[in-house]
Amino acid sequence: MGIRERLSGNEAVAYAMKQINPDVMGAYPITPSTEIPQYFSAYVDNGEVDTEFIAVESEHSAMSTCIGAEAAGCRAISATSSCGLIYMAEMLYVAASDRLPITLAVSCRALSGPININNDHSDAMAVRDAGWIMLFAETNQEAYDNYLQAMRIGEAVGLPIMVCQDGFITSHAIENIELVETDKVKAFVGEYKPQHYLLDPSERIAVGAYATPVYYMESKRLQAQAMLDAKDVIRSVANEFAQMTGREYGLIEKYKMDDAELAILLMGSSAGTAKEAVDQLRGQGKKVGLVKIRSFRPFPTEDIAQALKGVKAFAAMDKDDSFNGHCGPIFAETAAALLAQGVSGPKAISYIYGLGGRDVRVESIQHVFADLEHIAATGDVGETYRYLDVRE
Amino acid sequence: MSYSLKENVMKEDRFAAGHRMCAGCGSPIAIRTVLRALEPEDKAVVCSATSCLEVSTFMYPYTAWKDSFIHNAFANAAATLSGVETAYRAMKKRGKLDDSYKFIAFGGDGGTYDIGFQSLSGAMERGHDMVYVCYDNEAYMNTGIQRSSSTPHFADTTTTPAGTVIPGKLQQKKNLTRIMVAHNVPYAAQTTFIGNFQDITEKAHKAIYTPGPAFLNVMAPCPRGWRYPSEKLMEITKAAVETCVWPLYEVIEGKYHLNYEPKKKLPVEEYLKMQGRFAHMFKPGNEWMIEQVQQEVDRNWEELLKLCSL
Repeated sequence: MGIRERLSGNEAVAYAMKQINPDVMGAYPITPSTEIPQYFSAYVDNGEVDTEFIAVESEHSAMSTCIGAEAAGCRAISATSSCGLIYMAEMLYVAASDRLPITLAVSCRALSGPININNDHSDAMAVRDAGWIMLFAETNQEAYDNYLQAMRIGEAVGLPIMVCQDGFITSHAIENIELVETDKVKAFVGEYKPQHYLLDPSERIAVGAYATPVYYMESKRLQAQAMLDAKDVIRSVANEFAQMTGREYGLIEKYKMDDAELAILLMGSSAGTAKEAVDQLRGQGKKVGLVKIRSFRPFPTEDIAQALKGVKAFAAMDKDDSFNGHCGPIFAETAAALLAQGVSGPKAISYIYGLGGRDVRVESIQHVFADLEHIAATGDVGETYRYLDVRE
Repeated sequence: MSYSLKENVMKEDRFAAGHRMCAGCGSPIAIRTVLRALEPEDKAVVCSATSCLEVSTFMYPYTAWKDSFIHNAFANAAATLSGVETAYRAMKKRGKLDDSYKFIAFGGDGGTYDIGFQSLSGAMERGHDMVYVCYDNEAYMNTGIQRSSSTPHFADTTTTPAGTVIPGKLQQKKNLTRIMVAHNVPYAAQTTFIGNFQDITEKAHKAIYTPGPAFLNVMAPCPRGWRYPSEKLMEITKAAVETCVWPLYEVIEGKYHLNYEPKKKLPVEEYLKMQGRFAHMFKPGNEWMIEQVQQEVDRNWEELLKLCSL
């Protein structure tokens, strides 16, 4: 039986880090993830962990130290948000290409400009092609649970992994949470045993080669394979986690989708709000449902196509705009997934919502369902690129 | 310690021949000499910033590095190696490693004076037990001779061409060694290739074996960018020292030591005239440029002498 606690999302993640006791953390403060290295530094300074903490001078250096430490043979972690994630973007690509399973906690926040400290997903979405596995959490519990599963996933396929939660909404809000006993966490996460590393006295290795056109593409193909392989690993690690905790996870979560005719697809904390909206509309006899994305990378193509193939209309909701003149990234990826899987029935719209911390209410979600109801009834999709709750 | 060039070059090289660096380039000479200062029984992890050096020595599937090596990016050799060094301490603490390792980072002046400056400053301030070696060739040579903050006054580069209105680089060279000294590192030094290589070898040994962060700035000329015949390399470094353009000194626990004082300080022309990048300074009507550089060199030299007399 787990331990009942009340923690913010940041503290829950920091607590997971403490239970794992990784070798090295390199981190730099930025709102709203600052608390994570803050809590963790207190664990270090009070001897509750024996991790080496590097208080670096920038996020670029935070990820650089993680790359150095992980390549040296250690488990390396960091935490960041917003502009910090973008500042380390160059190094995110290198971490993935060097196949270093670094774990990065992200408390998602809008990007400048205008400068804004509140939640959306524009930071994480901006680095979605960096080659990292990306898990998103709805609640503090999920942020904690995802963190406990992260190293198992990343280390199995040799890819770095981001554990994303919504800045302030879950990172700072305190919720009831069930923690796993530390001995069970340690047994579940296990020891890091890299095949090759810089500080292996029995061999000398070189990391980070210059790859000419003769080799570059093969290295990228191997990265792509690792991301493909990650789907099954995420499922199998989740199964093992469910056996330990009773809490079940997949690549997506389907909520009241079995007979749904109208669906919303989104990720992060707004899923909680959407579930309430679904419940209320179900109370009125409407066949509505929700698909929540847990794994954005790898993108759950088959699961989403399966979930949406029977609906009349759906809205893919993005807390980020690609500024491509027609849709957000979840819409784009979902549309591509459906096409690739041969699903052409549903009508679909892209909704951009919740940017820079714009409040997402139950009525907001109900508004989207009302749009979908109209589209399903008339067959007229209308404008497919929409902004929710915005003054125009 | 007694020094013998013969004994020194008999040590096994830790930097293999067959890399792709140009003939007459100072960089591989600096690297080989610094690595030779490692005690043979010590293991090392070497890091290089993106540079001529990196792309010419570690082109997959070949490497010239006999020690464990990591290249990460342009701006972060110091941060990357500080991560490796921290991992070393973490593994030692947890009883996962018995062997003794040393940590050496290399970067060109672009990766050190400019884009890697913050990363270097952070690593030196945090006090990692590592050496950062700048092989200073005074411009972005890998991308084709663009100016850096290390490029000297009036030098002709591809982004400061000696034009009809603007006569080359308008700014003086940044004094990075002294900025590194200001980080209160236990060891910082400036060196180049002189005579029997005693100066650079001894400084590299001190830098590697002084506990804590150390910084070594090695003038490493580039035949393409400086425009000199390859075989003139050692004459150019000698002229840099004899004119006091590049003084040899070291700073141990904050105390400045001058390692070489020319018997007769040569005028800067003796150094400038050997290099095509300064050719425009010798055109009629441009005498003022040489005079100005002489004044700057004199002022820097006097300042250094004062610091060394403290």
